[in-house]
Amino acid sequence: MINEANLLDKYASEVFAGLVAPALEGVHAEILASAIPAADLLVKEDVLIRMNTELKRALEKPASERRWVMVIDLRRCIGCSACTVACVAENKLPPGVVYRPVMMEEVGTYPNVSMKFLPRPCMQCDNPPCTPVCPVSATYKNAEGVVEIDYDQCIGCRYCIAACPYSARTFDFGYNYAEQLPVFDAAIVGGTTAAGYEHASKEYGEDWARNGIQESPVSNVRKCHFCLHRLKEGMLPACTTTCIGRATYFGDANDSTSLVIELINKPNVIRLKEELGTEPRVYYIV
Amino acid sequence: MKKQIFVLITALLGFVAGSFGVYDRLVNGHLNAAYGSYIPWGLWVALYIYLVGLSAGAFLFSTLVYVFNIHRSGNVAAVATLPVGLADGSEFSLRRLEDIGKLALFTALVTLFGAMFAIWMDIGHMERAWKMLLQTNFHSLMGWMLWFYTAYFILLMAELWLAMRADLAARASKNWLARLLTFGRLDTSESAVAADRKALRILGSIGVPLAIAFHGGVGALFGVIGARPFWNSGLTPIIFIVGALLSGGALLTFITAFFGSNQEEIGQLIPFLGRIVLGLLALDVLLELSDYLVNSYAAIPAHVDALRMVLFGPYWWVFWFVHVGLGVALPAFLLIAFRRSSFATATASFLIAFTFITVRLNIVIPGLSISELKGLGSAFTGPGLTFSYFPSQTEWLLAVWVVSFAVLVFLAGLHWLPILNERKESN
Repeated sequence: MINEANLLDKYASEVFAGLVAPALEGVHAEILASAIPAADLLVKEDVLIRMNTELKRALEKPASERRWVMVIDLRRCIGCSACTVACVAENKLPPGVVYRPVMMEEVGTYPNVSMKFLPRPCMQCDNPPCTPVCPVSATYKNAEGVVEIDYDQCIGCRYCIAACPYSARTFDFGYNYAEQLPVFDAAIVGGTTAAGYEHASKEYGEDWARNGIQESPVSNVRKCHFCLHRLKEGMLPACTTTCIGRATYFGDANDSTSLVIELINKPNVIRLKEELGTEPRVYYIV
Repeated sequence: MKKQIFVLITALLGFVAGSFGVYDRLVNGHLNAAYGSYIPWGLWVALYIYLVGLSAGAFLFSTLVYVFNIHRSGNVAAVATLPVGLADGSEFSLRRLEDIGKLALFTALVTLFGAMFAIWMDIGHMERAWKMLLQTNFHSLMGWMLWFYTAYFILLMAELWLAMRADLAARASKNWLARLLTFGRLDTSESAVAADRKALRILGSIGVPLAIAFHGGVGALFGVIGARPFWNSGLTPIIFIVGALLSGGALLTFITAFFGSNQEEIGQLIPFLGRIVLGLLALDVLLELSDYLVNSYAAIPAHVDALRMVLFGPYWWVFWFVHVGLGVALPAFLLIAFRRSSFATATASFLIAFTFITVRLNIVIPGLSISELKGLGSAFTGPGLTFSYFPSQTEWLLAVWVVSFAVLVFLAGLHWLPILNERKESN
């Protein structure tokens, strides 16, 4: 939590005294007038606190009454890819598997240029094109509206990858980050030590160790699942908590007082490829 | 026989070399495949639709004989005696189409084997393939496919058995395999053969909609994908079916010319088949032109980008040289200019059938190689996160193995089963 009055005080006294002092005067006058301690008046709650509270409230309801949505404020996104990395770390994604890349695009011509960023999780479509095509019903929309993959059912035909209009699915070919590190008896243990870091993924609340090409999740299709395993424990998705600019929001759209509802009931909200009728549950503020 | 030995040696070499691809696939999974997550399907899927198309096409050609009775000259007795290889050298040349009945069925069976191997190796968890049959999602076109293939496989086996039974029975006294395969039904009387024919006709009649359904189904499997505008067209299943007829018919024409034992009869039959192949080639080109021109004019980026990839992309020569040059222009020239020559017709048919793999590749790969979101290709790096594709060594070798395997099974069939009618006595 940030106490803005204290912060201003600090800057005013140390560096920008001359510049900040007039603004500070007004603040002080207001504080004096209301007789409320400055700390209470100007405390701004981090949106993560609010989302966490709302998440706990949503979890008290039956799963089918929740409607998870994600909102990404593209004006706040700075393209740091912290969400991508957090997702890789959280889900122990191997090389070649990514759930939430951030697309970057340069717009304009020099010197009038700027960057556009577009983080792309799974859209968790209400009308997903990827689920009906699965020949063995291994992917489906669960009660909370999240599109899951049953790793033990998936045969790895990759039809769903072809059917997804957002390229939100990737195939686990069985690579490991540690596999090419050196190992030498009793001296160099890079490979074995590093392999320890590639723990089993906890996706869907199970342990998914990486044991060769025929054991799931290797040779399966994988995708973002809004960190279902974290939600179950009352934690927000890894991308949401990691976003340094607080550009990613997550919550229950069935809760009319939630932050996400506040954000998406605005005219400056878009969804990707609306024309396909997929009804994504990821909204972008532009 | 020389020709057969040449094919046998080539196929054996392909089988041995290709085994490395199979070994690599079984041991290392998909690690050494060039397709990835953005282009999830590659050579093996193209090979699968190519082979299954050949199968459907060859099968539909067999129905010309068994269902539509194209050969019939009004002489029922002659019809009845033909399958047992007791032909009388009738003057009506179209009756010779009868010769290709069994060959067409067997070709359909062998290419189906190849297709199933190719697609089985392509899936991530080969050990879970049974789920497609026993835990099917019938909302998925792919879910339907294995059911179709199973029904088709049973039908092919039944038809082939009926078509060969009288021949097997005739050989039963001196050949234990033939005796075994008759399953005890040794009756070679005219009425028994006529009963076989009737059953064949019924099965063939079921087979026509089945073959159209399963190959149209493969086309629809691509056609229904709204995310891929290049595939998403009502024309896709039709193009698949016509392509199957063309490639399967061409293959059959080539096989008949190449393996047929009686050159005199082949001399009459091949130009006839050549005319059918030429007609199908024209129809196929018409559909392709319609599809390409309409979409080029509309120029909607998501669609036309894939089209540009085919026509002017990194593998433009596959379309212009291999497909248009060797697969359409040269065969069309041969089929028109030398329409009475068996050799020219067979060469043209070989070219059409062989180069048709590029048509399949140019359906599967360009549809996938257009980025669905701008900047995705450079958003995150890793193996398989790329929009360029060229089959890896493992993919080529496995493909060679699948084709060699199919050819070996085919040669074995020719050697041990009465697939070809024995006409040597009429020489």
